[in-house]
Amino acid sequence: MLTVPVETQILFAGILFFIGLVGLLVRRNLVFMLMSIEIMFNSAGLVFIIAARHWDQPDGQVMFIFILAVTAVEVAIGLALILQVYHHFKTLDVDAINKLKDDNS
Amino acid sequence: MILVYIIVILLAGAFLAWISGNLSQVWPRIISLITLSIDLLLIITYLTQPTPFSSKWMIDIQYDWITQFGIGIHFALDGLSLLMLLLTFVLGIISVLISWKEINVKVGFFHFNLLLILAGIVGVFLSLDLFLFYFFWELMLVPMYFLIGIWGHENRTKAAYKFFLYTQASGLLMFISIIALYFVHGNSTGIFTFDYIQLLGTHMAPSTAMLIMTGFLAAFLVKLPVVPLHNWLPDAHSEAPTAGSLILAALLLKTGAYGLFRFIVPLFPAASVTFAPIGMALGVIGILYGAKLAFAQTDLKRLIAYTSVSHMGFVILGIFSFNELAYQGVVMQMIAHGISTGALFIMAGQLTERIHTRDITQMGGLWEKAPFMGAIGLIFSMASLGLPGLGNFIAELLILTGAFKASIIMSVLACLGLIAATLYSLRIMQKVFYGKKNNDWKMNDLSLREKIISITLVIIIAGLGFYPQPVFDIAKPALLKTLEQHTDKTVQQKEPVGEEFKLKSNTSLYKISNPL
Amino acid sequence: MNTIIAIIPALPFISFLILVLFGGKLSRRASGWIGAGSVGIAALLTIITGISLLNSVTGEKYYTIILWKWIHAANLNAEIAFRLDSLSLIFCFVITFVGFLIHIYSIGFMEKDEGFTRFFAYMNLFVCSMLILVLADNILLMYLGWEGVGLCSYLLIGFWYKEPENGTAARKAFIITRIGDTAMIIGIFILFVSFGTFNIQDIMQLAQAKWAVGSSIAVITAALLLGGALGKSAQLPLQTWLPDAMAGPSPVSALIHAATMVTAGVYLIARTNVLFSLAPAVQTVIAIIGALTLLIAGFSALAQHDLKRILAYSTISQIGYMFLALGVGAYSAAIFHFMIHAFFKALLFLAAGVIILVLNEEHDIFKMGGLRKKMPAVFWTFLIGSASLSALPLVTAGFYSKDAILWFSYSSINGSIILWMAGVMGAFLTALYSFRMIFITFFGKTNTEPSFKAGILMTAPLLILAVLSLFGGFVELPASLGSVHLFSGLVNQVLPGVVIKNIENMEWLFQLISGVIALSGIYLAYRFYYRKPAYMETFKNSRLNHFFEKGFEFDKVYDTVFVKPVVWLAETDKKDFFDQLNISIAKLALLGNRVMSLTENGKLRWYLLSFAIGIALILTLMMTQ
Repeated sequence: MLTVPVETQILFAGILFFIGLVGLLVRRNLVFMLMSIEIMFNSAGLVFIIAARHWDQPDGQVMFIFILAVTAVEVAIGLALILQVYHHFKTLDVDAINKLKDDNS
Repeated sequence: MILVYIIVILLAGAFLAWISGNLSQVWPRIISLITLSIDLLLIITYLTQPTPFSSKWMIDIQYDWITQFGIGIHFALDGLSLLMLLLTFVLGIISVLISWKEINVKVGFFHFNLLLILAGIVGVFLSLDLFLFYFFWELMLVPMYFLIGIWGHENRTKAAYKFFLYTQASGLLMFISIIALYFVHGNSTGIFTFDYIQLLGTHMAPSTAMLIMTGFLAAFLVKLPVVPLHNWLPDAHSEAPTAGSLILAALLLKTGAYGLFRFIVPLFPAASVTFAPIGMALGVIGILYGAKLAFAQTDLKRLIAYTSVSHMGFVILGIFSFNELAYQGVVMQMIAHGISTGALFIMAGQLTERIHTRDITQMGGLWEKAPFMGAIGLIFSMASLGLPGLGNFIAELLILTGAFKASIIMSVLACLGLIAATLYSLRIMQKVFYGKKNNDWKMNDLSLREKIISITLVIIIAGLGFYPQPVFDIAKPALLKTLEQHTDKTVQQKEPVGEEFKLKSNTSLYKISNPL
Repeated sequence: MNTIIAIIPALPFISFLILVLFGGKLSRRASGWIGAGSVGIAALLTIITGISLLNSVTGEKYYTIILWKWIHAANLNAEIAFRLDSLSLIFCFVITFVGFLIHIYSIGFMEKDEGFTRFFAYMNLFVCSMLILVLADNILLMYLGWEGVGLCSYLLIGFWYKEPENGTAARKAFIITRIGDTAMIIGIFILFVSFGTFNIQDIMQLAQAKWAVGSSIAVITAALLLGGALGKSAQLPLQTWLPDAMAGPSPVSALIHAATMVTAGVYLIARTNVLFSLAPAVQTVIAIIGALTLLIAGFSALAQHDLKRILAYSTISQIGYMFLALGVGAYSAAIFHFMIHAFFKALLFLAAGVIILVLNEEHDIFKMGGLRKKMPAVFWTFLIGSASLSALPLVTAGFYSKDAILWFSYSSINGSIILWMAGVMGAFLTALYSFRMIFITFFGKTNTEPSFKAGILMTAPLLILAVLSLFGGFVELPASLGSVHLFSGLVNQVLPGVVIKNIENMEWLFQLISGVIALSGIYLAYRFYYRKPAYMETFKNSRLNHFFEKGFEFDKVYDTVFVKPVVWLAETDKKDFFDQLNISIAKLALLGNRVMSLTENGKLRWYLLSFAIGIALILTLMMTQ
């Protein structure tokens, strides 16, 4: 087996997280934002797996299954909300949804 | 016990009035009238009692309240508070009478607020526990805010906010000072208390005393009001309904003066002496600047409001003169100004009811239509400018003579205020009652109810002008007590009573009395 | 007898109250007669008291009464107390007697006016205040009367309130006199702080004992009291209000602005004469002011064309004579002239009132003329009045009073030849303008026809005053003409006699000179204004004449130096710059709101970014701890 140092693995997860974060911040389409959130979730899950392997405990893998379940629910609700947003605003551009803006008039 | 009853009756009357407002519009007014009359009668019984001198009070009651913090319920009455309470109830009754026809919306709530304000004022005049004093001080604010904000004129919201924020902020500064005093006293003697009598004579370092006094001063100078903290007054007075203006001008301003008497002078003897030159200067500036502003206004109520600023300048000038003569003058000014400016506000309110404008450029030649109102306006304009024979003259004379003993130059400058007062008082008469008619208003002269109010006020002010002695007799022990508590701790001031004052050969007339 | 002196001012006051409270329900006749009657009874009581005072054989020649304790605060004590001595008696007599005649006249004069009752109410209040002024035992009560007459003067000048100019004139009078009053009250403060009392007699004694002659405190106090006197008596530099005060009805001009209120300054100085003798510098100033005022007013009177304005300037000028006399220490001469002046000036104003009324409110003398035959009673009384004013020798009372002043202005130890020359020049001007008035108004062509004949109510007072203007002077005759000293004997019970230089008594010479001057003035008036040569027309349009007519342009100077700056000062800061503090706090709060609301822009990505930055910061902090 190829022994990759733990730091590298964590770094890889961090990069993944960062990619997800940047995607979240940069993309304007709600669906893509949701996908970026997915990436972030998966990177967090990856960190758990890495830790599980490192400490030789199965708890990390159990956490990962939890995360999968939560992610699934969250995606379902998120997509439902996106559908409603599209229904109301006729667009998926997140910048157009600023009804909570502070109007100074 | 009677002091507690007075306040409780007012509070009970307030709630009754609010509830009865749902029945009809007349009941709240009657209930208020009855409540205030009962209280007035209760207080009148103390008029004939001799007020003992030294630290004794006419009535003194004390209960425990929150003993962990040294807060108690401590009410006391002396000559000064007695006079102020009389003024409160008389003017309270008059304010109910003048809003008889003027207030037609939410009458119950109006009278609820009115009686609450009066309860707050009475509490301020009676409280000897600093926490309780602060409680009543704040109690005066909120109902007055409602009064201005709901039943006022066009710009009422802004005026109400301004009034509330100003007085609230300064009140908070005072609260900080109260707490500071609490701790200073506690640290030096080990007793943590809010009680006034025990706090007298607290030993404080001069800088501490100055700081704590500043907090108190903030509240009282804003209430008085003193330039440059006076800006809430014109807006509040002109936008308030007539009863509101009356209570503001006649009573609320006096709580500031009362605070100076009761708290600043005895609690901070040395610090108040240090502040005195600034205080007197602020007084003179107030007199002259207020008069200047009054002269320029075209809104009648704003004009009268600025005359209040001017007259209250005399009060602060007198208080910081630290002699009995000036203090008697200040007490007289508090009463006479309350009556005369109150009467002018009543007249302005009566005019506004009839012609629906406060703009004096729209008035003119109204004597023809309403000679009775004109005569009343004339009498109180003359009172405002200090015509002898009316109460204000006595007040200003005593203050100026007392101030003359303390600082010649301040007194002479204040005398210029007499000329300035002439300018604005005659302007009122000329623009409103004399001259050409700018508009042909259809208006009635005063009704019987209004006539009774006006004549009562005329009798009081003329009586004060020709026979002020009872006021002086009642107030004397209280004022002497204040001075005694003040001079015990500071350098003895020689009063050149009946002695000639010697001028140095180079005739420097600046100061004749010592140490400041 | 002591109680009567309290009743004298009380009667007009009670009448004032009755007229104010019940005036609406009384008929005109009733109000008029109540108003006049109260003053009449007061006059009667004054005469009774006077006779009693003159006949009293005990040493003290005064009556006092204390009514009640007015102010008793700290060490300040003042009572409502009256004191009648010979000086007050003379003033009371003039106020009530001449006042009574003027009130009778007013019943006729104000007959058609809608404010009839209000007029009599104000007039009675005035008489009451003036009586309080002269009867007051302490200086604070005198100040009450002082301000009271100021108030009534304001109300009566602006009586016809519908015309704004009348209101302006009334305010001008009130404000200018108030400036003088403020100086006076400061003087009263100094007196109280020095002596601890307001009682006039006590103050005089204490001042005499404690203040050195010429000490700075005496000078300052005397100067301040003089300020008050100058304001009320319309002397330089506070004289500008009197000509404008002619906006009021003629009886008002007669009573207030000729006979009584404007002489209050003379009363004050006479009453507090000890203070002025302790400050010789101030006394000299009084004399100089008197001399200057009489000249300036004399020249101004020469150029006026409004009948009442001529008389107004004439009043200023004659009071200048009284001040001149006071300044040189000739107190009895000043008071004598006050009394005689009251008679003839009231006469002149009342007669002028008749003319103006009968000619339908025509004030301009150049639109009158030829009234000699049309209104004979008015003409003859007016002539007598003017003759007395011009001090026509021997026959008129004015001669004796003015002459005494002229003699003392030279012969008193404080007098000088320059003062005398000013006085003589003034006498010449007086004769000139008086007879200018007569010739233009009564002679020549009739430009305006009288519309009706004045009734007995208006004519009778004229006749009585004319008689007094002729024969009133015989109570005081100089040495050269019989040496009768009834009047000065009375006055000198209270006031010091005049101290004369050590020269021989050349009074006859001075009388001769003044007689000649008076006659030459009359003659020149005849030449200039009756014969009307061409050069008078050019003079009338000249710059000098215009300067005189405007009263030496004092009004313009005061307007530029005082009125305009004050009005500008009031106008510029109308919104009160202190409010800027509040406005800036409010603006600051709003600014904060606007800044902070930028972070609430509804953009999701913005919020997320702030999350990210926050997390980064926290992680950094955690890693660097």
